Amino acid sequence: MGLDGEEGDFTAHVVQHPRFVDLEKCTACGECAKVCPISLKSEYDAGIAQRRAAYKRYAQAIPGAYSIGKLGQSPCKVACPAHIAVQGYVNLIAAGRYREALKVIRDENPLPAVCGRVCTHPCETACARGKLDEPIAIRDLKRFVAEWEIEQGEMDLPETKPPRGEKVAIIGSGPAGLSAAYYLALEGYGVTIYESLPVAGGMLRVGIPDYRLPQRILDYEIDYIKALGVEIRLNSTLGQDFTVGQLQQEGYKAIIMAVGAHSCLTLGVEGEDVAGVQPGVEFLRRAGLGQAEAPGKKVVVVGGGNVAVDSARTALRLGSQEVTIIYRRTRKEMPAYEDEIEEALEEGVKIEFLVAPKRFISQDGRLTGVEVIRMELGEPDASGRARPQEIPGSEYIIEVDGALASIGQEPDLECLDDTCRLDVGRKNCLEVDEVSLQTNLPYVFACGDAVLGPATVIEAVAQGKEAARSVNALLEGRDMKQGRPRELNPVEPEKIDKPVKARLHLPHADPLKRAASFEEVLGPYTEEQAREEAARCLSCAGCAECMLCVDACLAQAVNHDDKPRELDLNVGSVVLSSGARPFQPETMGLDFRYGLNPNVLTALEFERLLSPAGPTQGHLVRLSDEKEPLKIAWLQCVGSRDTNRCGNGYCSSVCCMYAIKQSLVAKEHAHGDLDCAVFNMDLRTFGKDYEQYFLRARDKEGVRFIKSRAHTIYDDPDTGGLRIEYATSDGQAMEEVFDLVVLSVGLQVPASSGEMADRLGVKVDKYRFATTDPMTPVATSRPGVMVCGSFQGPKDIPSAVTEASAAAAAAAGKLAPARWSATRTLEMPAERDVGAEEPRVGVFVCKCGINIAGVVDVPEVTAYAASLPGVVHADDGLFVCSQDVQEQMKEKIAEHKLNRVVVASCSPKTHEPIFMDTLTACGLNKYLFEMANIRNHDSWVHSQEPELATAKAKDLVRAAVARVSTHRALPQMKVGVNSRCLVVGGGVAGLTAALSLAEQDFEVVLVEREPELGGFSRQLTHTIEGADINAHLDRLIERARDHDNIQVLTETVITGFGGYRGNFTTEVLVGPAMYERKINHGALILATGANEYQPNEFLYGQDPRVVTQVELAQRLEEPDGAEGLESVVMIQCVGSRREDYPNCSRICCQSAVKNALHLKELNPETQVYVLYRDIRTYGLMEDYYTEARQKGVMFIRFEQDKPPLVEAGDGGMKVTFTDHVLDREFQVRADLVTLSAGMRPRESEDLWSIMKLARNADGYLLEAHVKLRPVDMASEGVYVCGSAHGPKLVTESIAQALAAAGRAATLLSKSELELSPVTSRVDPELCAACLVCIYSCPYGVPRINEDGVSQIDEALCRGCGICAAECPAKAIELSWYEDEQILAQVDGLLEGVM
Amino acid sequence: MRLNYPVHVRIIRVPCTGKVDILHILRAFEKGADGVYLVGCMEGSCHYEQGNFKARKRVEYAQRLLDQVGTGGERVRMYNLTSGEAPLFAQYAQEMSERILALGPNPAKLAGAARKAKAAGETAGRGVA
Repeated sequence: MGLDGEEGDFTAHVVQHPRFVDLEKCTACGECAKVCPISLKSEYDAGIAQRRAAYKRYAQAIPGAYSIGKLGQSPCKVACPAHIAVQGYVNLIAAGRYREALKVIRDENPLPAVCGRVCTHPCETACARGKLDEPIAIRDLKRFVAEWEIEQGEMDLPETKPPRGEKVAIIGSGPAGLSAAYYLALEGYGVTIYESLPVAGGMLRVGIPDYRLPQRILDYEIDYIKALGVEIRLNSTLGQDFTVGQLQQEGYKAIIMAVGAHSCLTLGVEGEDVAGVQPGVEFLRRAGLGQAEAPGKKVVVVGGGNVAVDSARTALRLGSQEVTIIYRRTRKEMPAYEDEIEEALEEGVKIEFLVAPKRFISQDGRLTGVEVIRMELGEPDASGRARPQEIPGSEYIIEVDGALASIGQEPDLECLDDTCRLDVGRKNCLEVDEVSLQTNLPYVFACGDAVLGPATVIEAVAQGKEAARSVNALLEGRDMKQGRPRELNPVEPEKIDKPVKARLHLPHADPLKRAASFEEVLGPYTEEQAREEAARCLSCAGCAECMLCVDACLAQAVNHDDKPRELDLNVGSVVLSSGARPFQPETMGLDFRYGLNPNVLTALEFERLLSPAGPTQGHLVRLSDEKEPLKIAWLQCVGSRDTNRCGNGYCSSVCCMYAIKQSLVAKEHAHGDLDCAVFNMDLRTFGKDYEQYFLRARDKEGVRFIKSRAHTIYDDPDTGGLRIEYATSDGQAMEEVFDLVVLSVGLQVPASSGEMADRLGVKVDKYRFATTDPMTPVATSRPGVMVCGSFQGPKDIPSAVTEASAAAAAAAGKLAPARWSATRTLEMPAERDVGAEEPRVGVFVCKCGINIAGVVDVPEVTAYAASLPGVVHADDGLFVCSQDVQEQMKEKIAEHKLNRVVVASCSPKTHEPIFMDTLTACGLNKYLFEMANIRNHDSWVHSQEPELATAKAKDLVRAAVARVSTHRALPQMKVGVNSRCLVVGGGVAGLTAALSLAEQDFEVVLVEREPELGGFSRQLTHTIEGADINAHLDRLIERARDHDNIQVLTETVITGFGGYRGNFTTEVLVGPAMYERKINHGALILATGANEYQPNEFLYGQDPRVVTQVELAQRLEEPDGAEGLESVVMIQCVGSRREDYPNCSRICCQSAVKNALHLKELNPETQVYVLYRDIRTYGLMEDYYTEARQKGVMFIRFEQDKPPLVEAGDGGMKVTFTDHVLDREFQVRADLVTLSAGMRPRESEDLWSIMKLARNADGYLLEAHVKLRPVDMASEGVYVCGSAHGPKLVTESIAQALAAAGRAATLLSKSELELSPVTSRVDPELCAACLVCIYSCPYGVPRINEDGVSQIDEALCRGCGICAAECPAKAIELSWYEDEQILAQVDGLLEGVM
Repeated sequence: MRLNYPVHVRIIRVPCTGKVDILHILRAFEKGADGVYLVGCMEGSCHYEQGNFKARKRVEYAQRLLDQVGTGGERVRMYNLTSGEAPLFAQYAQEMSERILALGPNPAKLAGAARKAKAAGETAGRGVA
């Protein structure tokens, strides 16, 4: 977020996003993901597969724990007054998991059936889907699922906490009272509801007519709540039948006032008291009690709310013939629900707007009419609605014989007496604390309409629930406001990429028929309809907070209240490695049919399709129709090298190689012949040995590489594929249909990284890549802040990994004094010698929650383990790896004097170290241990066969017990580390590595065979960016010579080398006197460099007018260097990319572009021709290529089999070449022919054999792993950098040198190395010195010692055991894998088979 | 990925298939295993450079020996895959299991079974990888 301070003393402000899963507790069992109802696009699978909201990003993710992806709260949940996890239950319904859906609703609302009918559904108003088409029918889905349970005939009652002594009284059995009662009952309180009416339900019963809420529904929900032990006392009126004081005396610890708002407001109009005029609420109440009659033949209803509409519709149903609602505002302002108004109109109710009653007219005490007046709307009033004003003189009379006044209600507080003097506020409502709902009496709370005035059912439910929570907190002595109200962050989906799909509406009963009875107006969904409708949910919040994972997680690791953490980190250096993202073709409007035709994929999507861990498990099929493709096209440079359409002028560097890789892998995965075509402008396989990979694809595997940019792509309806139109290199128009098209998308730095750079004060370029200097490639513009990877520029994995080590070295430079200053050492007890003891085995069997116990009968396995020979203790645990069980394990080890331990649980790959640490902490050697993998090898993979899985678990445990009994204690060996480093080679790379190590406070000996330092870089002038290489070299040499930690030995040759990592000895002859010297060192860095190829073609060396690029660059530095150069021809790939030397030299294209630009700068009139095969200005260098073309440099491609012809002439050189576009020969005159000669490694045959260094076919040193260990040699403790490793730019050499220094420092900084005791040993008694071990060891470790027998240095042995298996005399054993041990396990597994 | 594979398979961990001794393979048959297979890295990408080549040779040797003694060499096999290829692992387990089921029990076991009349549930092969 921000970075204060300066290099060496920064304070970094960071925000750690909540994970919602406790890393310490999570066992990665995956139960959370199993129950999670939310399905989202998997980022890891590039969106072509789904993941849950509770998820592990990918199988090998580190840390291996799950996390919950939560973007905030869904708009529906936020809008719902009760904050139900709407998105959760909707998705559960879509999945057919109705019981769980109901549970999710009842977590926040105990009246799903009621609210499924009458809720005002603010959730739907907020629903994000409404922005796309129509909101999800949330209320109707709730109704469906509630009805489902009723149809099942069995209430799924929640578990209540054990009963507790305290009693709570609730006054009123409406939605607020019922809700409060439910949540208190769950907590174990004794709850009594007092209801003054003879029926329970409050306004639900007597306010809402049956045609909207059938009695049976309400009865069911009340019964549900009563089933939890809630008692409802009917006909009990507060103030008449009992008082609050009495309740207190009876032992009620708290009282909740949920008395509702049943008192009708009067119109205040003349004649209101005449017979025939009655309050709407009272009318509805009588109707609800079955006591009402039709209020008249012609009835007028005054008001515009739901009571008014309900009154009107009820009147119709009771036999009134003409019902008219008069409302003083317009329909727009009418507070009744739109649906209800519509239904009322359908049923024949009339509504007159902008009309208000003036007086009721009666005759003989009977109502005969109402005089009304027309209104108009004026300024808005306090409620924000337009204030209606009478239009004078517009009075008229409506003839009626019945009138219902439904203009509002307020609480009836007659019930309050001296024992309960509550504060009363606006509109006769009770005053309460906003959050706790506590009244002025601490033990009295109030909720629902009594507090809110006439409000909605869901608001009453919400308040009832909150009141219950307050009461619970009060009675438990907790702070009632702790964590309340919960902070909610509604999410707003930015874009919705779902197809439009209309909402499914519930069927309405016929208006005329329904108006004649109280039958329900709306019909139900069928199950299919409900699931279809629910599936429309966008899951816009990610996690829905349904909390199912909380229950599923037996390790109790889920915490939905996790918050972002702001941390201030005191650090000396910062490394930025925020990377790049794949270019998104849809954002730029590039027409590749991406997103429109499902068979156009980005390369990342295709990569996932090919992955064995991807959605198809590596089966190459089209996701759209499961067909195996026969033809696939790759389109290169999508989002790269394209300033017109996407603004990314750079080359993304990686796409050519990945396209080739994908084509090869695709061919491998395809069952039949697969035609692969890669459409490219230039094929850029510039990395070490990359060209050979390309040649293999083209020549051996038949991948077609088409030099063309596909100009038109359209759908091919016949095949579902794509038709591509393109022009071949000789100009022919072509058309081909492909089953799949892969877009080779480039890399792009996300905007967020640019913003981060701004906050950190780090400069970025126009593409948002971090700006670096060519001579300090991993340093950003802010001192102390390093950068590595593709945030610096597009690059491949080897370069990124190299830079990572380089950045670490650069960061460590200034931090050397702080090394180890924050380290703590763990004190361990002395190891107990158990060699003489009989095996006493302890077996601990893990249930892994239900991961193992759900399939394998764990108690049976444990009992079986206890019966095995040598076992003195067997036990099982829910999660054996958890902290508490580990503590118990320690106790058991001590209690039973265990000297061997078996854990039957999961994979040793992940958990062995944890258990081994426990053994160490108990004073047991950690190798007296064995794991039986009864999860990954058993319960997970044999879940269908629990009995056989249990039998297998027993076998595995038996074998582990048998094996562990043969285990011996293995001593942990340590060797000291010499902290000196030897650097071989004094060029830019060697100097840089030496200086980096010296700055990190290590001693360095730098040896150079030439008399002068500098190497090949001496001959170079400037980088393409313009940095002065020689000046930099001078500074490096000066610093190296002056540095106290560096000893420079020039004219020095290496004559001997031996030892192992941490302890090498190198013998040298130091010139000029050539005295012998031995250098002891812990690490070795090879920086022996490379040279420019000396051409023997194109008349080089025969005619002075033919030079190399290096020579041209030198000439252009001189005054008048460009003098007389009217025409210059450059020829690329001289000495590279040819049969005897197939690889690309990487740097020559940029040399040509650099020199061409220099020529144009010195003399814009100079004609420069570059004859090339592919221009490989990778990364940001592409911009210089573009600039060169803009400045008129001519780039002309030639085919390998038609190279240019260079001839000497009097007026200049003659260069003849074939233009492939015109297929014609051309000839140009040139004042100078410049050859882009490639690179060749230094010839140092003695050195390679003395040091036993592996090299590739071209003679470059071979790294241990191309991608993962790019600067390590296969021999540990030996590192490589610079062009000794392969052709590279000075900038790249510097980065690699820093990387080598960084890698060496990780070794040199240790005072000692722990050696694995899992090494081979020779029994000299048995050894016959047959040399088989010596020949079989991949690392040449065994040797015949003075005694004439084989000896294996344990510091060098890698522990593969090949020698042990090969040794014919069985004289070699690999510790921890001894024959006796493996055979014991084999015997154990097969016991009883014979 | 938790892919199901036949329950008869039992796995023994070794640092490299190059560590698997001919003795280990033969002992398994001696003790009644119906089949043994080794699962190593892809050829050419052995973590220890040549271990899986050595293993393949030993498997071939074991096949010859087992053919000679009448147990049948086809009860031993070597498979190669990378660590990311779980589906292939399951497929190979299935393939091996089917092969062993087709071959029937280890003949050495039949002799033993004559003595001990039954072994409930031990219908098919136990693999050791």
